[in-house]
Amino acid sequence: MARLRIFVRTPPGVAALVLLVGLLFLVVAAPTIWGAGAANSNVAISNQGPSGAHLLGTDALGRDVLDRVLVATRSSLVLAVLATAVGGAIGVTLGALSAVTGRVGARVLGAAINVLLAFPALLLAIFFAVIFGLGSVASVFAVGASFAPGFARLTQTLAASIAERDYIRAARLLGRGRFHIAWRHMLPNVSEPLMLYGTIHVGTAILTLAGLSFLGLGVQPPAYDWGQLLQVGLSQIYLTPAQALGPAGAIVIAGIACNLAGEVLADALSGRQRVRPLRPVPAAPGSRSGGTGLLEVRDLAIELPAAGGVVRPVREVSFDLQPEERLGIVGESGSGKSMTALAIAQLVGDQGRVRADRLSFAGRDLLAEPAKDNAALLGRNMAMIFQDPGEALNPALKIGTQLREPAQVHLGLDRRAAAVRAAASLRSVAIPDVRRRMRQHQHELSGGMKQRVCIAVGLTGEPKLLIADEPTTALDVSVQRQILRLLVQAGEREQTAVLLISHDIAVVSEVCDRILVMYAGYAVEDAPVEALLRAPAHPYTEVLLAASPDMATERGTPLPTLEGRVPGPEVELSGCYFAPRCTYADERCRSERPPLAPLDATRRVACWHPCNVPAPAATRADEIAASR
Amino acid sequence: MAEIATLSVLPPTAPEDASTAGGGAAGLARFVARRLLRLVGSLLVLVTATFGMIHLLPGNPVRAALGQDATAAVVAARTHQLGLDRTLVDQYFSYLHGVVTGNLGVSIVSSEPVSTILGARIPATLSIALPAFVLVLLVSLPIGLSMALRTRHGRGERTRVAFIGVTGLVNSVPDFVWATLLSAVFVVGLKLLPVAGDAGFTSHILPVVALMLGPAASLSRIVRVEATKVLESEYMQAARSRRLPWRLLYLRHALPNMITASLTFSGMILSGLIAGTVLVENVFAWPGLGTEISQAVVSKDYPLVQGILLILGAMVLAIHLMVDLVLGILDPRSRIGES
Repeated sequence: MARLRIFVRTPPGVAALVLLVGLLFLVVAAPTIWGAGAANSNVAISNQGPSGAHLLGTDALGRDVLDRVLVATRSSLVLAVLATAVGGAIGVTLGALSAVTGRVGARVLGAAINVLLAFPALLLAIFFAVIFGLGSVASVFAVGASFAPGFARLTQTLAASIAERDYIRAARLLGRGRFHIAWRHMLPNVSEPLMLYGTIHVGTAILTLAGLSFLGLGVQPPAYDWGQLLQVGLSQIYLTPAQALGPAGAIVIAGIACNLAGEVLADALSGRQRVRPLRPVPAAPGSRSGGTGLLEVRDLAIELPAAGGVVRPVREVSFDLQPEERLGIVGESGSGKSMTALAIAQLVGDQGRVRADRLSFAGRDLLAEPAKDNAALLGRNMAMIFQDPGEALNPALKIGTQLREPAQVHLGLDRRAAAVRAAASLRSVAIPDVRRRMRQHQHELSGGMKQRVCIAVGLTGEPKLLIADEPTTALDVSVQRQILRLLVQAGEREQTAVLLISHDIAVVSEVCDRILVMYAGYAVEDAPVEALLRAPAHPYTEVLLAASPDMATERGTPLPTLEGRVPGPEVELSGCYFAPRCTYADERCRSERPPLAPLDATRRVACWHPCNVPAPAATRADEIAASR
Repeated sequence: MAEIATLSVLPPTAPEDASTAGGGAAGLARFVARRLLRLVGSLLVLVTATFGMIHLLPGNPVRAALGQDATAAVVAARTHQLGLDRTLVDQYFSYLHGVVTGNLGVSIVSSEPVSTILGARIPATLSIALPAFVLVLLVSLPIGLSMALRTRHGRGERTRVAFIGVTGLVNSVPDFVWATLLSAVFVVGLKLLPVAGDAGFTSHILPVVALMLGPAASLSRIVRVEATKVLESEYMQAARSRRLPWRLLYLRHALPNMITASLTFSGMILSGLIAGTVLVENVFAWPGLGTEISQAVVSKDYPLVQGILLILGAMVLAIHLMVDLVLGILDPRSRIGES
């Protein structure tokens, strides 16, 4: 219920609430207050225009139109609520039946509901009005019946979504009957969305009933609702337009009230929060001395807009990547490794802010130049491979088109030459029957094949750097190794450097030359694979390795686990971000952050108390800290 | 509101199965064949429902239509003439035969053949439904797409709020109320447009506008939401990572997906136009199926009601068919669900 506070907090919520309360007041009180004026006929003043005594004029029998519109609120809304209830009762019963009737029954019911759903509610309502007859009660049932298919489908979908939940299975194992399960276990668990759907549908019911009455097929005189008043008023529209505009206005107000309430409700339930995009920063003058690496990253930090202000998924990352080198970035989810990759590929987007002392690729400082000037270089020499190949390939385009594009755009090849190059790169990732594959769409390929296509797309340019972000996580275990081997082979053949991002240190150590360990947006250790595996220096690396089983791991001994969670991008600590989970942490770790400092010629670590290191080496970080 | 309602009535997503997905011309042909088969099934349900309607009525429909003054002999004669004294199975098959051959019986009230009445009325209804149909698509696609571009990645918050406010307002007012308001302003107030009925081109304007406003508002909202999803999708991120020029990025990579995603949701909205014609015709005294059916229901002219419902239902099914076929051609994935 706390979420419903949105009705008093936001302007649309307040407006919806005021309108609904007003309508409710009319439902309860209008017949008592204005009932007399609505019923008093006086033919002497028939069909008069608006006047002081009759704000909306009078009808053919001299009755006050405004009074009649106000009084009609009760019949219009009460009938709508009843119709929704009838529709809900029939629909939910039909939907629940499909959970009870077994597979064949469910399919037949589903097909029938499908056919009925194709027809607009008003047509169904007219159909049922023919059967049930005209009048208030009949129209409640007609409109109710026309809503039933929608309720039935929703019930079916919801029931199917929980059919395999444990409590349903348990009830089934206990030998409970289908009716018992449907009534006691399923319906209570899907009642909330059904109630929401029903609440929102009251608005539709008001409009459908008004439409039916307007056609003369709903409420019959002497009873009246807004639709009936509109029908009568419309016949006098040239004489006294107010007679038609009165009930029309009432329907508009009710429609707006219900629509607004529905939207506020949906917003409240989705819990959506708006964030403000950050203002871009001008390229900050930093130490931009160029090095020799293919990729140089110095003090990279990323800020993203969030509901509560700004979060920092990447706080301080520095590393170099040499041509043809394979570097793995490892860390838990939330460590900032994917954002680091996006920043390197200049894909953070203009809602976030990327800062770095230096972020250069192939000798070009990417942050110093306007984005569009970097496009040619990045498009030609950098390629990115994403986690889920099913999501990363465009579903509407043929494989061939997506393969050709980089060659056409960045290498300036014509269509034919690009196709030849595309076919070659498809062959290089071991995809047979290239001609046929090029004409297919991604949904016609298996998961492993899709990822191979993604790699092939990356290779059709002239990549100097392949960035692969969890390229095997979404794939079957059986094809993971193939994809990794392909990446290595492609890197060696095309003389391409590889940046492999993974949460799995075993995967990375199999493929890469060097590993960068990330934690909470910081690079905490950077070392060659052998050194890192043999003697991890950062306590976090040590835990990561210990938690990763290999062939030598004793079966039966439990793997060590790490308590707690990575501090989120919104957390600000003054000390080491790993300290809260670290067994070696002391007072200094909690108050002062260790910089990423050289441990020896090939290794760097950000820790005051590195493990597996002879004591003197540990003091290097202190020296650097002191010199800063 | 429209968004929630549409989402909840979508069929459960079809399992993605790479092996059965039909690519190429053969796959398309198979898809069209299956889709037409489903149309036949739906039509059969429709015909059975309109046939069953007259038998579900309480009491004697002929007595109800002719009124209490008619003598028993007249009622019996008319009952026999309508074939309502034969067995149910016999009646069903002769009704089916009639539907196929275009013989929909005779109006109880006017004694005219129903097919003749329909023939006179259908063109008037189509002359407002088809322009509305086309205009809804022509208006909502550009509006929704441009709104998606202006509000992507949390930008243009004010534009988004204004867009949602305006479309929500337009969508809150039902078509027959729009029709009333429009005719109060343009016919009664400004005297710009003809009074009522079909008196040439200008008399089409208000019915078409009244019909299309609501559907155009809700469809442009759906287009915006779907197009935003496409812009924020991973394949667009991947395309951006390849540094494609904006022309390729938006026209080749984004647009087809935006259109197919929007079309998937548009069947319900566009077929709702058919129900809209019934109401709007009654506001403008338009000589189409809509004015005819409300009179026929009130005067209990059941064969005529049956005939009109059959035609309106068939129009609804035709719209769904059209949307599905266009989708099937544009988006091979959409063929998978058809089994």
